[in-house]
Amino acid sequence: MAQPRVAEEVSKQVLSASNRDRLIMVASPIALLLLWELVSRVGLMDARFFPAPSRIAETFAKLSSSGELWTNLWVSLKRLFWGFLLGAVPAVMLGVAMGMFRLLRVVIDPLISALYPIPKSALVPLFLLIFGLGEASKIALVATGVFFPVIINSMAGVRGIATIYLDVGHNFRASRWQLFWTIALPGAMPMILAGVRLGVGIGLVLIAIAEMIGAKSGLGYMIWNAWEILFVEKMYVGLIVIAMLGFGSTLLLKELERFAIPWQAHR
Amino acid sequence: MSDAAPQPAAPKISIEGLSKHFPTKAGRLTAIDNISLAIPEGQFFTIVGPSGCGKTTLLRILAGLETFSAGRLKIAPPVSERPENSMVFQGESIFPWMTVWDNAAYGLKLRHVSAARIKEVVGHFLERTGLTKFADAYPHQLSGGMKQRVSIARAFANDPDIFLMDEPFSALDEQNKTLLQQELLRIWEETRKTVVFITHSVDEAVSLSDRIMVMSAQPGRVKAMIDVPFERPRDVLALRARPEYGQLVFSIWEQLRDEVQRARQLDEQKVHA
Repeated sequence: MAQPRVAEEVSKQVLSASNRDRLIMVASPIALLLLWELVSRVGLMDARFFPAPSRIAETFAKLSSSGELWTNLWVSLKRLFWGFLLGAVPAVMLGVAMGMFRLLRVVIDPLISALYPIPKSALVPLFLLIFGLGEASKIALVATGVFFPVIINSMAGVRGIATIYLDVGHNFRASRWQLFWTIALPGAMPMILAGVRLGVGIGLVLIAIAEMIGAKSGLGYMIWNAWEILFVEKMYVGLIVIAMLGFGSTLLLKELERFAIPWQAHR
Repeated sequence: MSDAAPQPAAPKISIEGLSKHFPTKAGRLTAIDNISLAIPEGQFFTIVGPSGCGKTTLLRILAGLETFSAGRLKIAPPVSERPENSMVFQGESIFPWMTVWDNAAYGLKLRHVSAARIKEVVGHFLERTGLTKFADAYPHQLSGGMKQRVSIARAFANDPDIFLMDEPFSALDEQNKTLLQQELLRIWEETRKTVVFITHSVDEAVSLSDRIMVMSAQPGRVKAMIDVPFERPRDVLALRARPEYGQLVFSIWEQLRDEVQRARQLDEQKVHA
């Protein structure tokens, strides 16, 4: 009895479930943009705050051809890159070492616990004071934001490695340096990358804040400047580019994950 | 092959009055109590005992992973550059982040052995363990039996003087277990280096060893030493069909039965306490 019914249901299904989901995922933002355009043009929404998408696109093209957009994007990217590098690399090294050595953990862990809860955005004035108005203050802020989640996750990642692997290392007479490279670091890598992902998110927030307050260039500055001269479309362009930056970094991290932890079953 | 042979060579491993205590909330716990034994070079020596008799602790002491409280432990130094011992661990011990090949090459790479030599040795033992096709696979792609093969290949490729094996097959199903026991004997018979093997299975002990030590339940003491007279090379399955095999298994079981029962009582006391 059940057989013909099942056959009928299958034949009705034109798209597979995953293809249908994909179609909806593409269609829904497009629908929203169209709705926005319509509502803005008809005048149901205040175009001073919510300019029509077509006008934003126009501004995007203008800022793009004048080079203003790319200059600012490039400046922000450079700051993010250096901040990220200076924050993440020492955090991984120190975090993994803390996971390995009890003494180091006992000394440094309380410092991290004390400093971690300070909102990094509240450090902007102090960093401007210490590092000045130049590049260093922005880079330092991003580095600080990236540092904490990465060091905490690196330490936790090493602590979470099953002791049997360390027993193997000891039995095979691995030196401390070899334990670090062959067991602690790769074993903690999934957690480290989770920390890096958090760090990148925080880095993006901090670069925007830092550039709004103490900078004359960068995407954050561009958004702030747009507010000062009430050029709302420009502000939206800045927001969109930062959003794309976030999206791009997620893709990049996925690639990094594939490269750094090829041994994990792909979910 | 018996200990009474004239002019016995110095044993590879000699233990005298070895004891190990752990501090616990309920006071001092004696895991191993005054164990003495000598294992000659090239012997396949197996320790059987009920769970919690301290056999794993004893093996970890031999491996240098744990200290002991009293007594003497002497291990004859390796003749050449080779490492003193390599352990095959109970449970999953191969690194999930390394391929089968890199796992098997681990010991040699740590010692900075030349790439050509690594290729030769690792290639040989992967071939012997039937893993050649899986050299580039990661452990999550392997079955339990294959993972234990990698673990065995890793220990053999490290080319140590002594193999220490801590219930390497206990997590495997019966068919895989028999298969791996046979493979282990085949690989071991190529070089016949000293093995200290731990198991709770009397069958496994009799199938593999030259000599068996039965340990008592907590605290771990030497309950009996039994010579296994079967010839080498051995066929595990054919051996099991023989009546002498059954008799030997039975007589060891009789030694062990009281201890297993006592271990069970100790466990029950712990639950009630």
